[in-house]
Amino acid sequence: MGASGERDAVVALMIDYVHLIDEDRLEDWVELFTDDCTYKILSRENVDAGYPLELLSCHNKGMLRDRVVSLREANLYNLHTDKHVLGMVRTNQESDGAWTAQANFSVYQSTLDGESDLFAVGTYRDRVVFDDGRPLFAEKIVVNDTFAVARMLSTPI
Amino acid sequence: MPTAMSLEWPTDDFSRIPFAAYLDEDIYVEEQERIFRGPVWSYLALEAEIPNTGDFITTYVGDTPVLVNRQRDGQVSAFVNRCMHRGSMLKRECRGNATMHTCLYHQWAYDLTGQLRAVPFAKGHMGRGGLPPDFDIKSVKLTSMRVESYQGVLFGTFSDETEPLVDYLGDNVRAELDRVFNRPISLLGYQRQRILGNWKLYNDNVRDPNHGALLHMFHATFGLYRPTQRGGVKMDDRHRHNISYSMMGTSDDEADAEAFAGTQKVFDKGFRLEDPSMLQYDKEYPDDVSLTILSIFPNMVMQQITNSLCTRQIQTRGPGELELYWTYFGYEDDDEKMTQHRLNQANLVGPGGLISMEDGEAVEMVHRAVKREQDEHGIVEIGGKGEIADHDYLVTEIPIRGFWSYYYDLMGIEAEQAA
Repeated sequence: MGASGERDAVVALMIDYVHLIDEDRLEDWVELFTDDCTYKILSRENVDAGYPLELLSCHNKGMLRDRVVSLREANLYNLHTDKHVLGMVRTNQESDGAWTAQANFSVYQSTLDGESDLFAVGTYRDRVVFDDGRPLFAEKIVVNDTFAVARMLSTPI
Repeated sequence: MPTAMSLEWPTDDFSRIPFAAYLDEDIYVEEQERIFRGPVWSYLALEAEIPNTGDFITTYVGDTPVLVNRQRDGQVSAFVNRCMHRGSMLKRECRGNATMHTCLYHQWAYDLTGQLRAVPFAKGHMGRGGLPPDFDIKSVKLTSMRVESYQGVLFGTFSDETEPLVDYLGDNVRAELDRVFNRPISLLGYQRQRILGNWKLYNDNVRDPNHGALLHMFHATFGLYRPTQRGGVKMDDRHRHNISYSMMGTSDDEADAEAFAGTQKVFDKGFRLEDPSMLQYDKEYPDDVSLTILSIFPNMVMQQITNSLCTRQIQTRGPGELELYWTYFGYEDDDEKMTQHRLNQANLVGPGGLISMEDGEAVEMVHRAVKREQDEHGIVEIGGKGEIADHDYLVTEIPIRGFWSYYYDLMGIEAEQAA
């Protein structure tokens, strides 16, 4: 795969990411990450002030699976559907072969009664590596401008 | 006649709560006067947020915008965050450092004690315009709150009649603050959660240990908290504040199975976390308490959930909306591993918390459902009726009755009804 083929694969991975969440296929969504991945949702407030606290953090794929199991089995959350709108992706290939990718997003949540609200707007800052030709997220950092979270943060952003 | 007067209290032990108290706009306005501007100490911030001269934060007491800063003499002062001139908000930033507070509208400038220092064009131009000669700049000060600190936790009050902070908190609450704020803290960051429900529903929620393992199934599923554990509730003399506490690992499976029998979601399906590091408690206090929820009337919660420490401030946004402002911290002497552990455990709480995300939903469900049931009442009998007192069991919601008994006094309902 050449550089442009890899770039297409990185963008396709980011597209899969949002669609798998929106289709509630979270078990498949987990498979887009490396085993030792980092997944963080950060509040822009903390990023700007230099505080390390996350809104949600997973330091490996096991923790991501735990989140999904907890959502499925333990948590009682506001039932809704998510719809992501992904902006244009800016990519860069690093000297070690990994790719960094950045894109803005918005997420709308719709209730069981069919009311929709903007839930979050922000930026993905990703690091993507290739394993056997397959792109995976080594790092997915979600910087959330909507850090005054409406109701709760249940499904991933 | 105060509108809180119209509320009906069918029992004198507050085991029935009138739903109208959560919904009525006039009651909300009255609460801002009688409670948030009344003889109570409201939580403002932690001293560690403003360590240096000129450091400030902006916050809300009820729905009043408040500016808190550290003066040159090291004292902390708090003001209504509004210019005395035309009422513009003085500071828009959430936090920062300033030598003066200059209003952006007409640049009236105040020093860190709230004293007006400068007005541009005070003498006008070419001898015309400007302030009249009898205008006394020294007489203009920002509307200030009285501020007191206990163990680095800052509280403010608008009333001259509020008792000293140490008396307001009482022995039990002071002991809990002594326990957690036993050495210098280090801030980790903030979280915010907007909930479409009344601010008192959240106060109820944190005074209700009974819901902990029923609403928050993660707790029960993974054993962090079960009402079958050793624990209890401790209040102050007026029962306005509460400490719910429990100890991990003190329940047995048989008792748990019996206690949860009949619930829809069984607590033990043999789930194990792939990464259980988040559930580990590195014991760091002399006692065995692994979970503490301290509620201080009217707007503060402090939690110790194993090693996750934070304050939660309740800001009101009208009768039907509140913002929770979570301030997480560790200790200055934490090593990197401990800091990472606390950050990891922050996954348990906050708006995305595995054991707390449901609270927002619960508050909203109540608020929506009772809208046209304002003459009806909620039932508060779990744990017992009658006397409101401390006890050493967790299947209880008695502290909710404590909250309402003090609310009733503050709102002047009894006095009005007697008159």
